[in-house]
Amino acid sequence: MNDAMAKDSKAPMIEIRGLNKWFGDFHVLRDIDLTVARGERIVVCGPSGSGKSTLIRCINHLEAHQEGEIVVDGIAMTQDVKRIEQIRRRVGMVFQHFNLFPHLTVLENCCLSQTWVQKKPRREAEAQAMEYLERVQIAEQAKKYPGQLSGGQQQRVAIARSLCMHPEVMLFDEPTSALDPEMIKEVLDVMIELAREGMTMLCVTHEMGFAKTVADRVIFMDQGQIIEENAPQEFFNNPRSERTKTFLSQILGH
Amino acid sequence: MSSHTPPIPERRPPRLEQGVVGWLRVNLFSGPLNSLVSVAIIVLLGYLLWPLIQWGLIDADWIGDSREACSGEGACWVFISARLETIVYGFYPQAARWRVDLVFAMLAILIAWLAIPRLPVKRWVCLFALFGFPIIAYVLLAGGHFGLTPVPTRNWGGLMLTLTIAVVGIVGSLPIGVLLALGRRSKMPLVRGVSVVFIEFWRGVPLITVLFMASVMLPLFVPSEVDFDKLLRALVGIMLFWSAYMAEVVRGGLQAIPSGQEEAGKALGLNYWQRMGLIVLPQALKTVIPGIVNTFIALFKDTSLVLVIGLLDLLSIIQAGLTDPDWLGFAIEGYVFAALVYWVFCFSMSRYSQYVERRLDTGHRN
Repeated sequence: MNDAMAKDSKAPMIEIRGLNKWFGDFHVLRDIDLTVARGERIVVCGPSGSGKSTLIRCINHLEAHQEGEIVVDGIAMTQDVKRIEQIRRRVGMVFQHFNLFPHLTVLENCCLSQTWVQKKPRREAEAQAMEYLERVQIAEQAKKYPGQLSGGQQQRVAIARSLCMHPEVMLFDEPTSALDPEMIKEVLDVMIELAREGMTMLCVTHEMGFAKTVADRVIFMDQGQIIEENAPQEFFNNPRSERTKTFLSQILGH
Repeated sequence: MSSHTPPIPERRPPRLEQGVVGWLRVNLFSGPLNSLVSVAIIVLLGYLLWPLIQWGLIDADWIGDSREACSGEGACWVFISARLETIVYGFYPQAARWRVDLVFAMLAILIAWLAIPRLPVKRWVCLFALFGFPIIAYVLLAGGHFGLTPVPTRNWGGLMLTLTIAVVGIVGSLPIGVLLALGRRSKMPLVRGVSVVFIEFWRGVPLITVLFMASVMLPLFVPSEVDFDKLLRALVGIMLFWSAYMAEVVRGGLQAIPSGQEEAGKALGLNYWQRMGLIVLPQALKTVIPGIVNTFIALFKDTSLVLVIGLLDLLSIIQAGLTDPDWLGFAIEGYVFAALVYWVFCFSMSRYSQYVERRLDTGHRN
């Protein structure tokens, strides 16, 4: 994984220029410019409806944008399906509701795209899957179905499933907001570990502790705009805009 | 709570009364009113069913080969046993009936193989059942190759014709239905349009009309030297008709799958057909097993409609027997027997589907 990241370390991992998106008449993303360097960890926060989830879903084209450019690992996003699939192979994603495949076991969940997208032999795929399941400390559940696991366990499986594809960058879409409080830590620990290993990460989350620990930059969005971006220390101690201050007082105030 | 609260040890749940008497007491005679209702229903059931049992089993005649064997007190099943061969094979030539038996046997083995989870090489058996078996069955039934005497489809009949139509209809309508359902949800306007028009057309006309069109109208439009077999035309009509129903059942299943499933597939880099084939369809089809089997059962029973275009399926061959001068007056036996045969097949499908549902259950969806 680290070898892959070492190459061409100057070019940015993700480049977004002048991104605009509408849902019908509703202008969800407004003139977004964002560059993510290789190995950089970015936390995106903001009130609900601010467009932060939509922003990261545009990066692997789960949402189509109407204006602007997105370049991932040197590949410019177009409407071409082949090109979109190329980008998706480089981008891993973890969802709020895990989205594991309930009809497949944990191991099969992790092997599916390895065998069908990367065309790996079954045994190799399984070995790889077990390695990552080991790393998120859930290898002993490999034969179980997702429905038999707790939320925290499911989310760790989802992370392992994504890592099996050796992504260059990981997107996290509120990975802990559907979890019971006692399970949040086990997922955050896995994410912190991943950050330490140098993975490029873009996380939408309200876990400010996580932001303080691992983020290189925190981005605050409101009403489809990037309002403020700064190093975590500065962001939390000296927020520049009023909206950021209000937001921080709301989520840290209790 | 203080740290001195001692842990409460685990206990077994309290046992309810067991055995037949216990079950009866809990379920049928738990109070005066319930007992009264239970007794009333049991008496009513006995009163209604007893004459049927007496007619069909106790007073019935079973042995013989002509109507002299019928005592006239109860059902005379000799009517059925005497013409059983015709009921099963129609007018298929006597000398070639082993070919039908062979196909029946192969079909039974294939279905059993696919239905019993423990048996190996399912994938190959499935491929053979879908591609190899139809060819072999066709060659055997129709003849004309490898020294087998040709048997024109107008001589096919009875149970073997009913099963042929049902199996072809079931095996053909499911995949077409799945494709139509996917087409109807497609983002491509042309694919969606064609699917919608196809489904709404075939769903909007009665099956009888389809069969008439296939047998009467179609020959008017194609040159006379092109002679499609009547059975083949009926088969295509039935397949397309039911695939429209199947499409809507499958679409119901597709809509029940959360969009996150497809998104996860996309994020992993799977292409459209992989996402559908590996993630969405397995779950969607599992959800709509009851609906699919419901359609299969309706299809199976509606095969009897081919009698309107002169094909002699199980029901119409029994009906034809009713007009036999030697056997006048045995309509009730004939219809009861036909109903029983249909019921056995449909009930088996229903039970099997329930078993499959239980087996595929992997706990909660997310």
